[in-house]
Amino acid sequence: MIDLEFVINTLSLGSLYALLALGLVLVYGILKLVNFAYGEYIMIAGYAIYLSATLLHAPWYLTLLIAVLAAVLVSYLTELIAFRPVRSQSPNALIVTSFAVSVFLQNVVLIMVSPRARPVQLPFFFSRTIEIAGATVPLRNLLVIAVTAVLLVALSLLMKKTVVGMAMRAAADKFTTTRLMGVPANLVISTAFVISGLLAGVASIFWVSRSASVDPLTGAAPLLIAFIAVVTGGMHSTLGAVVGGFVYGLVFNLLSVTLPASMISYRDAFMFALVVVFLLFRPAGIIKRGYTEERVG
Amino acid sequence: MMDKITAFIRKHQTVVLLAVPLVLAGVLISMFGSRLLLDIYTYFCVSLGMVYGLQVFMGNSGILSWTHVGFVGIGAYVTGILVTPPMVKEMGVPNMYPALVDLSLPVVPSILIGALVAAAIAALIGYPLMRLNDFASVITLFATLIVIHVVMTQWDNVTNGPRTFFGLPQWTTWGIALGGALLMLLVAYWFRESGLGLKLRATRDDRYAAAAIGIDMVLTRYLGFVLSALMAGFVGGLWALYITSFSPKSFYMAEMFLLLSMLVIGGSGSVSGATVGAVVVTIAREGLRQVEATINNAHVLSFEVFGLTELVMAVLMVMVLIWRPSGVVGGQELRLPRFGKKKDVPAEVDGLAA
Repeated sequence: MIDLEFVINTLSLGSLYALLALGLVLVYGILKLVNFAYGEYIMIAGYAIYLSATLLHAPWYLTLLIAVLAAVLVSYLTELIAFRPVRSQSPNALIVTSFAVSVFLQNVVLIMVSPRARPVQLPFFFSRTIEIAGATVPLRNLLVIAVTAVLLVALSLLMKKTVVGMAMRAAADKFTTTRLMGVPANLVISTAFVISGLLAGVASIFWVSRSASVDPLTGAAPLLIAFIAVVTGGMHSTLGAVVGGFVYGLVFNLLSVTLPASMISYRDAFMFALVVVFLLFRPAGIIKRGYTEERVG
Repeated sequence: MMDKITAFIRKHQTVVLLAVPLVLAGVLISMFGSRLLLDIYTYFCVSLGMVYGLQVFMGNSGILSWTHVGFVGIGAYVTGILVTPPMVKEMGVPNMYPALVDLSLPVVPSILIGALVAAAIAALIGYPLMRLNDFASVITLFATLIVIHVVMTQWDNVTNGPRTFFGLPQWTTWGIALGGALLMLLVAYWFRESGLGLKLRATRDDRYAAAAIGIDMVLTRYLGFVLSALMAGFVGGLWALYITSFSPKSFYMAEMFLLLSMLVIGGSGSVSGATVGAVVVTIAREGLRQVEATINNAHVLSFEVFGLTELVMAVLMVMVLIWRPSGVVGGQELRLPRFGKKKDVPAEVDGLAA
């Protein structure tokens, strides 16, 4: 049961979930916003692939680029138009705003494109399988591991070596103090949203490749996974998000393998029940960090 | 004696200020309004009851409670199972456990049992959830709603799975819905003003200060959560007996978003806010629906516009939040402005009437 195939599948699922969780936690760390619109960035990126392939007949590398850019743009615009004016208000107002943005984006797609699912054309090599030491693995599972590794390294370099990265880490810790040091709040927050959109866009490519279609509600499932991964891993650090993503992937695959067939439809309920029980014992998640609750005024 | 009664009414004038227009609107609509208007009013009263239930927990504790609509669903299903005649259940829910099929109770006990079951489930799962703050609390309550939804859609021996559960009598008239809403108003108002409600509001405003004066935050929240679920279950029963057929998707994100928008637009901190929010959202939504239907029927566009209502509602909501972040009413209850001398109400000194 636990063989190489299982390991690679778990790693690839974990990588995808880590990407999803990371994009969510970056914004949460700085703005203390639980961004319900995050799933819609993924959905929009999926539609960008569909539209660029069918309307523009773009080659595959261009469709992927357009998808990521679309997610980045939408992420940035939502910050600019919706979150910025509400940001100094109560946390609940901010969360409800993000949910409203999510409903808005879903319905825009519903009206402009179609309520029905649309096929997404993905690069030809995504569906290939290769054999490693006797295990048959889809190529995209290996790709997602590689891409995640590259993105994680790049992101940690950005956070550690550049001024913007340091400002973001400082802002996640103590926003007011960071502003007093002369760091512009808008810049830090916008950067966080741009990176969040970037991660959502990349994750979206792999997410929609699993069903090869996209519909207005595509964003709901990845959003939920990101939520659970973040809460499990610890919402006060990027490391926590990554760890949470991999743990979620592992538990999910273990449940898929071990649950009897009659119970498999309750798998999600089991996942969430496990998370709730886990949080009962460790409310701060796997990775504990200095507890900060400060919000942007 | 009269003085005392006047003083009492004056002190609790908010309830009167909210209840009188509600009742008046109902009486006027039932006498002069169209059938459609009365339907909208009835549905509005039921929603209002749900929003009051939500206000009890979310408004006073400051925790965004996604689970609420799940408890409404539990109340609705329990009422449905108890009220629907065995014959209809045999037909409508083929896989139902025989023990459940045989159950048959009058309407009122069914609603009460529905409320109690919802409260019992909240009591069972609530305690660990109440320990969490911020992000974790929002997400876990959100996840709890999904768990409830998954169970509702999968457990077809009880709920008929994702298919429609039907066969309930239409028992809830506008008067009963209004009565339910008024009852919920009283409970919500009473809770907010009670010692427990005050403690809960204290934990919302500053949880460290609240803990420092000896408030057990988790217990306080827990009691609020269970009461809120009880109210949700009760209104869920009324809702089910108005709608008469429903499926699990009636108790999911879209409905929850509607309830949340009512509470947040009105102002979650007060019962008045919940009322005003429900009125504003209902009027806006019904108006937009008419517009959408008119556009679709007139065929001015080459395609049908589904989702326009939700789209505009979302935009309106963000605009209201930018304009008035703590809601239209804010955290205060509605009161009449006081004119003239203030000696009408005896001043209270250390809790004793002077």
